[in-house]
Amino acid sequence: MPRTLPKPSPETRHYWDGCKAGELRLQRCRHCREPYFPPRPFCPRCASRDVEVFKASGKATLYSYVINHRPRADMGTEPHSIAVVTLAEGPRMMTNVINCPQTPEALQLDMPLRVVFGNESAEIALPYFEPAEKP
Amino acid sequence: MRGVAVVGAAETTRLGVIPELSVIGLHADAALNAMADAGLGPADIDGLATAGEYPPALAAYLGLAPKWIDGTTVGGCSFMLHVRHAAAAIEAGYCTTVLITHGESGRSGVGRVAHANSTSSLAAEFEYPYGVSGATSNLTIPALRYMKERGATEEDLARVVVIQREWAAMNPRATLKTPITIEEVLKSEIIAWPFRKPMCCLRTDGGGALILTAAARAKDLPGKPVYIMGSGEAVEAPMVSMMEDFASFRGFRSAGADAFAQAGITHGDVDHLMIYDAFAHLPLYGLEDLGFCRPGEAKDFMRARRTAPGGDLPMNTNGGGLCYMHSGMYGMYALQESVRQMRGIAPAQVPGAKISVCVGVGGMFAAAGVVIFTNDAQRLRNPKA
Repeated sequence: MPRTLPKPSPETRHYWDGCKAGELRLQRCRHCREPYFPPRPFCPRCASRDVEVFKASGKATLYSYVINHRPRADMGTEPHSIAVVTLAEGPRMMTNVINCPQTPEALQLDMPLRVVFGNESAEIALPYFEPAEKP
Repeated sequence: MRGVAVVGAAETTRLGVIPELSVIGLHADAALNAMADAGLGPADIDGLATAGEYPPALAAYLGLAPKWIDGTTVGGCSFMLHVRHAAAAIEAGYCTTVLITHGESGRSGVGRVAHANSTSSLAAEFEYPYGVSGATSNLTIPALRYMKERGATEEDLARVVVIQREWAAMNPRATLKTPITIEEVLKSEIIAWPFRKPMCCLRTDGGGALILTAAARAKDLPGKPVYIMGSGEAVEAPMVSMMEDFASFRGFRSAGADAFAQAGITHGDVDHLMIYDAFAHLPLYGLEDLGFCRPGEAKDFMRARRTAPGGDLPMNTNGGGLCYMHSGMYGMYALQESVRQMRGIAPAQVPGAKISVCVGVGGMFAAAGVVIFTNDAQRLRNPKA
């Protein structure tokens, strides 16, 4: 069963185009300088429409997660992490932590992570995160 | 006298597995039971609130012609918000008598409308692709961060289950009544680590309904009125990844503070507490975020058995969503138990209880609703009365 993929909207297109190009793109307000996520064409802190897209560092730390032992039909059969990471720029996002055992021992809160992109279709690459330091 | 009271309260005739009733049928069964409880009929009801069912459809099905409706649907705490909104509508004179209904075929799926996973919403774009499948793998994500920051352990999650099973054992209508130990919980099947099966809510069929009217009218009705002292509502994270602080729910903090301020009570005044327990971590958040203890102390509060039978703050006395029943939007059953406790008819009755606090969560930490009840008209705070 193919993985369920996002359908970009006009307001999120730049983000998904960035993922396809191997860049994690965030937005930032030109007035209050606050970076934010998920994408929208205005600043959620000061309501300014004067916002810009910028390339994030791709660095993050592991904020919290579960290891789902009942994977959805399109997610394979093995237990896998569903995580929320804190990006170095501040915003948080959901992801899967990959390229490491899907165990409590391998997945320590606050561990440093870096973004990797998985090509899922012609249009969509999903940002995942992997341990920044390989054991 | 001013103020608003619950004058009718009932659940569906049966709870658990009810394959012979569709969703709207569960709403109706509960509504008819609540009308009988209140000694009122369809002609007496001029306000209707419900979640998950289309209010005009339900009104027509029940033979009602409401002048006021509320279809607020923000997940399991929707009914706490309905109580709050209905009280305001009655006080404002928009209507006199409000019926609030819930029905859900959570287990049998009879007449259930499929919720489309719209792939164009933000959650569909930014969360669904990572494998979340319902609350079990979503509402649970903040727990590990909570545990790390508050020093709580898997054993503390298991203890929530153990204590609620003790309450459920006293309740003939509870689904899971067999006592369980911390060791047994920690040996059971992992669903979404750190959550094991007994730490996740039941999936059952059922419904419930409440009828509210002005406190001044309540004295002419047969039942013992249960007054609304205060309430609060708030929203926070439409997606769990947008929650500000995974160790504390702003929705609980905000709605709780508003409800306590309106009621004019302190935590020491509270005799009975319900905290929506779709999963075992939620009561720990609720105890801290509502201010019953300081951040990090909820685990100690429960280790000391203060919420258990014999404790000074009996909590989730029906057995909760973990052991009593959970249809999907559990808030109605928490409200029903608060009302039973205030009427003095709960299976695990707290002797002499006069004030009950009922706390609900909706979505994945998306919404919160708090209602404070009392059975003592003298405790109502009516500065303008």
